Amino acid sequence: MKFIDHQKVLQHTGPRRKLNKISKYLFFLATLLSLFVLAILLARILFQGFPYLDWQFLNSLPSRKPEKAGIYTALIGTMWLMAVVIPVTFILGVGTAIYLEEYAKKNRFNTFLQVNISNLAGVPSVVYGLLGLTIFARALHLGTSVLAAGLTMSLLILPVVIVSSQEAIRSVPKELKEASYAMGATKWQTIRTVVLPAALPGILTGSILAFSRGIGETAPLVVIGVPLFLAVLPSSFLDSFTALPMQIYNWTSRPQEEFHALAAAGIIVLLGMLIIMNSVAVWIRNKFQNRY
Amino acid sequence: MLKRKKFWLSFLLVFTIGFIAACGPKEEDSTSGSDSEQTEQLEGKIAIDGSSTVFPIMEATAEEYKIVQPKVQVSVGVSGTGGGFKAFIAGETDISNASRPIKDEEAESLKENGIEYTEFQIAYDGLSVVVNKDNDWVDYLTIEELKKMWVEDGTVKTWADIREGWPEEEIKFYSPGTDSGTFDYFDEVILDGEQIVQSATLSEDDNVLVTGVTGDVNAIGYFGYAYYIENKDRLKVVPIDGGNGPVEPTNETVESGEYSPLSRPLFIYVKNESVKREEVYDFVKFLLENAGELAEEVGYVSTPQENYDQALEQLENLK
Repeated sequence: MKFIDHQKVLQHTGPRRKLNKISKYLFFLATLLSLFVLAILLARILFQGFPYLDWQFLNSLPSRKPEKAGIYTALIGTMWLMAVVIPVTFILGVGTAIYLEEYAKKNRFNTFLQVNISNLAGVPSVVYGLLGLTIFARALHLGTSVLAAGLTMSLLILPVVIVSSQEAIRSVPKELKEASYAMGATKWQTIRTVVLPAALPGILTGSILAFSRGIGETAPLVVIGVPLFLAVLPSSFLDSFTALPMQIYNWTSRPQEEFHALAAAGIIVLLGMLIIMNSVAVWIRNKFQNRY
Repeated sequence: MLKRKKFWLSFLLVFTIGFIAACGPKEEDSTSGSDSEQTEQLEGKIAIDGSSTVFPIMEATAEEYKIVQPKVQVSVGVSGTGGGFKAFIAGETDISNASRPIKDEEAESLKENGIEYTEFQIAYDGLSVVVNKDNDWVDYLTIEELKKMWVEDGTVKTWADIREGWPEEEIKFYSPGTDSGTFDYFDEVILDGEQIVQSATLSEDDNVLVTGVTGDVNAIGYFGYAYYIENKDRLKVVPIDGGNGPVEPTNETVESGEYSPLSRPLFIYVKNESVKREEVYDFVKFLLENAGELAEEVGYVSTPQENYDQALEQLENLK
């Protein structure tokens, strides 16, 4: 005698299984759709920009003649910008997250802080640009320097870094921390040796997303008044600079078709930078992921 | 213990990569530009900001000027005409690019801050009114007809409303965004300050307007001359009758002022005090001497030669 009647089971679970199948394909389609759009975008950009992408493009100044134009100052400028944005954001962002998760008591003031940080993540980037213009560029007399723009950009992406770092810190198993306390470790020792290493992969994932956003932002830079044409490189953080997304944006709005191709080539370079940044982060993440 | 050290080390690594990459190639910069020339080598910084319409001319000038005077650092921004004037008023820039004349409020603020300035017209941009290539009924438009079309009056406009005999199809409008100097100018000479038709598609990117007009037989749009020239075979330009018969925008009609009133002058505003600095004087002189040619190269129209001569004379007096 059979305990399970297959025929009957199939009959009974038929509708449910059908629904399961439908949702499976629906979600697959959703994934496919976004991938499809991305593929078209990439194909178009690569196709359009590749002919212009050579050493000379990376190594010359912008020009009115498309065949002579390059992104040298913009590329180096973007690197300078990130050299300010990455350490400032990382230290402030992770620091804030540690305070809020580990030290702060659950009182009204801290809840207020928490809500505001989450809200800040939704403020449009132009508003941050205006803030940067008023505070860093005008009031602190930093002008259109790397520092002014970098600090503005840091403010813009800080909320994202804080929220995602908090999330990562919160997901560290309580047992690990308690074990550390049981061994007589202080709070700071626990944070340094247990919480942070365990949370690092998560923190990095969030931060990298935020940095990627920062590297591609144009609006705050335009508002601060960062110049577009600049023949010299900055030699300190107080010097003026220009950035890659501004150059790309300008080229796309030019009437001549050749400049649109140059913009595409610029986008490829920007994507390349992003991929390098991401790979470094993934590398670090993998190094620390399996520790616990 | 070792692992923790590695952890901090890898952190340091990430941060330093940025620094090294940023600082690395700096040295190659100082090798060029030591040719002994008969002209005096100037040094200094010139800060320029303002209209993104004027930017291509300035970019071209700065590019050429770097060959003559490699040690003068010229920076050109694109904050827009209004944003440029704000920086000019704050005393942050030496030259402000503008695609419209300075406004009274702006002039007043400059006066308050004790900044004297001189206006130079460096080129023309012929605002081109365009329709779809397959539009075979529009032969020309008068200023009144343009106004009737573009001003919001609460009705849905068809081509037949504008002139008898034209098809009864709804007109699709494409206009530059209200922040642009192009819109400002159109607003001044055509709309006369009245509300622009609400169904109009506004875009800050003129290339979007080009695409819009090429895709719809009933579309009409306007934008800078360079965008028309670049897409000449995809668009049909509309001759404009400003009172003396229909005139099509060409280099000649724009330069001579015959294409009126849609020829838009492009300006630079120079701080008088800055002209006292040798490098600024020299740069503006270089600009005025070459503006006509460079403007044509990037898609604008030069002003008559007398204008530049006059401007140069004016500059001499400022020195």
